[in-house]
Amino acid sequence: MNRIQSVLEQDKKLLSIYFTAGFPNLNDTVSILKQLEAEGVDMIELGLPFSDPLADGPTIQESSTQALRNGMTTDKLFEQLKGVRKHVSVPLIVMGYFNPMMQYGVERFCQRCQEVGIDGLIVPDLPVDVYHEKYQALFQQYGLLNMFLITPQTPDERIRFIDEVSEGFIYMVSSAATTGAQSSFGDAQADYFKRIGAMNLNAKLLVGFGISNAETYNAATAHSKGAIIGSAFIKHLEAKGVNSVADFIKQIR
Amino acid sequence: MNSYNVNEKGYYGDFGGAYIPEMLYPNVEELRQSYLEITAQADFKAEFDQLLKDYVGRPTPLYFASRLSEKYNTKIYLKREDLCHTGAHKINNTIGQILLAKRLGKNRIIAETGAGQHGVATATVCALMGIECIVYMGELDIKRQAPNVARMKMLGAEVRSAQSGSKTLKDATNEAIRDWINNPVDTHYIIGSVVGPHPYPDMVARFQAIISEECKTQLQEVEGRDYPDHVIACVGGGSNAAGIYYHYLDDPRVNIIAVEAAGKGIDSGESAATSALGKEGVIHGSKTLLMQTPDGQITEPYSISAGLDYPGVGPMHAHLYRSQRAEFVSIPDQEAMDWGLSLSQMEGIIPAIETAHAFALLDERKFEPNDVLLFNCSGRGDKDLETYIDYFKL
Repeated sequence: MNRIQSVLEQDKKLLSIYFTAGFPNLNDTVSILKQLEAEGVDMIELGLPFSDPLADGPTIQESSTQALRNGMTTDKLFEQLKGVRKHVSVPLIVMGYFNPMMQYGVERFCQRCQEVGIDGLIVPDLPVDVYHEKYQALFQQYGLLNMFLITPQTPDERIRFIDEVSEGFIYMVSSAATTGAQSSFGDAQADYFKRIGAMNLNAKLLVGFGISNAETYNAATAHSKGAIIGSAFIKHLEAKGVNSVADFIKQIR
Repeated sequence: MNSYNVNEKGYYGDFGGAYIPEMLYPNVEELRQSYLEITAQADFKAEFDQLLKDYVGRPTPLYFASRLSEKYNTKIYLKREDLCHTGAHKINNTIGQILLAKRLGKNRIIAETGAGQHGVATATVCALMGIECIVYMGELDIKRQAPNVARMKMLGAEVRSAQSGSKTLKDATNEAIRDWINNPVDTHYIIGSVVGPHPYPDMVARFQAIISEECKTQLQEVEGRDYPDHVIACVGGGSNAAGIYYHYLDDPRVNIIAVEAAGKGIDSGESAATSALGKEGVIHGSKTLLMQTPDGQITEPYSISAGLDYPGVGPMHAHLYRSQRAEFVSIPDQEAMDWGLSLSQMEGIIPAIETAHAFALLDERKFEPNDVLLFNCSGRGDKDLETYIDYFKL
């Protein structure tokens, strides 16, 4: 069983943390991974930086720009991750835009992911229909799950299709928004979480976008399997330094 | 018959499609499902045609350039899109999209702009319809294109500075897309070129297709045949080219020529010749040719003309290039600037620098005396006066 699927089977709410590889410094990636594991984080998403991250708000954009300036590349990420499975056992997901993967070669990319122990991918600009038609077999060949996003505007019929194609979790975007931290959720979001919860999907739901603290984490996980935090964690790293991971996680749960 | 137009899945050969984040899916899907139906409705067509006639000033003339023709010993016609209201072909598309947006019940318009021409054309139609308008423009471009920023403001639009990445057109486009993600219900995004996710390339091409539709009638009148031997246009994203090629795409009698901006030279590292320098990839939701690093990071192009320095090219043009349906030529800054002056002094037409690139083809290629050449004179040079003044020390 894929590590992501095993964690999803566990009887608890999951905390997944996103950070941009190569930020704040080029070689911080593995140190941050180890600290997150030590703090009991259930899953980790590693962002492969891209020059034009359409789905991301300012915090992740800036961290990507900085990572690229630091010299981050696709090859460097795989080099950094060589041997990481000796220290890190939680599921690892690479989140990146499609163009860098295309240039690397989608198959070669998948192969390298498998070699270093990556369990899944999130490719925000690779639509579910294109994935299903062209790349699903390839991802499966290399033991990678692909996670899809849904939003409050995604029609039910499409959610059902995404559920059918999904082998890991569904990434439930908390509101119509690019990524970015919010301090609280409103009634509309609670209704949306309930509505999707009531659809009884096969895939487990993790809520992301706008989760920044214990309050939003608890609100998000009340109707889902877990929550994903990105921008707020990146802001914390920027403000408090790369060795301050524990402080952040303790604020959340 | 081999068709060079879009297929039902939104692809031109290998290029096109809709590589968009799921957050954009409802917006783009709504458009995809409705654009053909709405634009085919009689009341839509009537309003579109009426505005093109009374407001834009269509049909634009097809002008036989006698002095140029004599000099180059061939027959040269100019499709005078520079005479459109706001100074370029861009408004054909913004009129079409604002009418579509109204029928979709949208009450807020966003757009991206590089040099400001599309921003002005969007602000203009929003003023015409009394709809809120927000234009994203790179911070650097705002500094470089002050007159167009002022025009947009006079027209009541809000100009928002794109501060991310390289602070130019591609970043303004990213910001507009992010705005659309954050405002999925009430907002329509008017893209200015034949780029972006399907159905945008096809929708914009259809609105611009009025250019070649008129050429067919006009050429029939003066030449006794409704097609040229060569049709020539400059290509950045490629909307003016798409418009003048449109009705000739599948006509093998017509040779299609696309002129890109070589900037300081193809190998100089400062160029916008996407067909020569680009590789297949995904930019702004479309699979196409784009300029990028070996690692897949999108690079910043360069051309003296702000309207041609886009790192990608519309998927239609990527397909015309790969299938060799069109010839692609690239022209450096200096030749384009010289042609800005030549066209002014030989025909009394001061062209946009983008447009001047197309005419520079005349020095690159030999044509027969009986050849009919159709150039898209896509925009006027008023917006470029400052660049011309600096360059020629006028």
